[in-house]
Amino acid sequence: MQEKVAQAPASASGKGPMLLALRGVGKVFSNGVTALSDVDLTIREGDFLSLLGPSGCGKSTALRLIAGLATPTSGLLDWRGSSALDRPDIGFVFQEPTLLPWADVFDNVWLPLRLKGVSRSKAAPAVMEMLARVHLTGFENAVPRELSGGMKMRVSIARAMVTKPRVLLMDEPFAALDEITRFKLNNDLLELWQDERFTVVFVTHSVFESVFLSNRVVVMAARPGRVFRELAVDAPYPRNETFRTSPDYAALCRQASDVLIGAINSTAGPHHDGH
Amino acid sequence: MTAIEEHAPILDPEEARRVRQERLERIGRWVLPLAIMILAIWLWDRICVWNDIPKYILPRPGVVLKTLFDDAGLLFSSLLVTLKITFLSLLLAVIGGVGLAVLFAQSKWVEMSFFPFAIVLQVTPIVAIFPLINIYVDDQTTKLLLCAWIVAFFPILSNTTLGLNSVDRNLRDMFKLNGATRWQQLRYLRLPAAMPYFLGGLKIAGGLSLIGAVVAEFVAGATGQSSGLASRIIEAGYRLNAPRLFAALILISFTGILIFLVLSLISHLILRRWHESALKQER
Repeated sequence: MQEKVAQAPASASGKGPMLLALRGVGKVFSNGVTALSDVDLTIREGDFLSLLGPSGCGKSTALRLIAGLATPTSGLLDWRGSSALDRPDIGFVFQEPTLLPWADVFDNVWLPLRLKGVSRSKAAPAVMEMLARVHLTGFENAVPRELSGGMKMRVSIARAMVTKPRVLLMDEPFAALDEITRFKLNNDLLELWQDERFTVVFVTHSVFESVFLSNRVVVMAARPGRVFRELAVDAPYPRNETFRTSPDYAALCRQASDVLIGAINSTAGPHHDGH
Repeated sequence: MTAIEEHAPILDPEEARRVRQERLERIGRWVLPLAIMILAIWLWDRICVWNDIPKYILPRPGVVLKTLFDDAGLLFSSLLVTLKITFLSLLLAVIGGVGLAVLFAQSKWVEMSFFPFAIVLQVTPIVAIFPLINIYVDDQTTKLLLCAWIVAFFPILSNTTLGLNSVDRNLRDMFKLNGATRWQQLRYLRLPAAMPYFLGGLKIAGGLSLIGAVVAEFVAGATGQSSGLASRIIEAGYRLNAPRLFAALILISFTGILIFLVLSLISHLILRRWHESALKQER
């Protein structure tokens, strides 16, 4: 049986300064479910970190804790050594596009700035630039229902990034998309990340997606949700279709798959292993 | 979806049949109700003639129409009185209903505490409440307004409350993440999200405010204090003036239909770009 790795290994490929450390973070819901138990995780600036695991492993809960949408039951979130109050600007992309259906694309992307009191005309350059970055120039006046699933997700990403946050949290953003669209969005997201160098925490249940995108894959196990093991994906960026079809990628995927299988088996663990 | 094929494609029999069917349905939607209506009026006319029914019991449609024109001055001035009450009470119902709903939306506690009162107001028959209002309120117009308002505000309140509470959880989180204030959340998220619900309530309330106005006039009219359409009906009833009674009745129901159509149009115009209910069937 694989030993669970509680501490993020020093060899993790993120080389930037520490951005956030989760120290012994646990979350117990009022119904008694332990969503997360004793999670230690260090996120460095510029990381593209994936949280990979079976459903119920608490990866979405971890994301919500980082976003500040929930508070931990135990442990603490350490933002650059300061208190949780110093949470930087955060962009969040949900599993669903989560757009305002009555507002057009421009207004949807403008929203975070609007909530900060930036007027339409003042926000326009930033909004238009972001729309160009996600390849949606010309769709400013379309309403969400006129867009395809992939385009809606692009709007959602543009909205999350329009305030230029240092951290982008993504909760299985491409899970509902078809494979071709997902590949395209994967490539475009990586491009954006490489240009802007923000930090991404990406929740997914796809081994292939996590390996393709990230420099660090944190595999989580369920019941209780915990960090099972961390993998460094040392393949160089930029990654593109060549990488997707390379033997390196296949080998990394196999490695991650094995760890994930270990994590899934360890969930059934308490009934079988003898400790 | 926007691109409509200009050239006619070659259709297999099944598709051709569907196209024919759709065309027929389009025509039928107008022609059928119209034809049935004309048939019913014709039958009404024939029954009067065949049975030799006197016009103070059942007037022929032609007589009713003639009365509508002859008494137009009297009837329309009464209609105006009724319409004034109807629209004012609808306006107050919108203000009161939405206002209360927004208040309820501020806190579950407020909603829990006050919603039962709204239900009590709604379920108590207005005819039974009126004598009380009659005692407490002196002004005639205020009396009628209050009655119509009590009838009309509840659908707006309950629908808008439902709408304000049915905002997508993720959208709420998104607003929270971006540091939205309560007011911003209401203004940019909850109110727009409640719009389809509100408009549904408005459609019901439009008809109800007319009914409320007429019923209030009826009760008030029994004591000879009203000049609206209902009092014309009561008056005509006393005098066995059946043609005028029918004319007034027709006027009321046409007004109701008109109110419904106008509110439906408003609702459609507001929702047409985004809400499922207002979208054209695409396939």
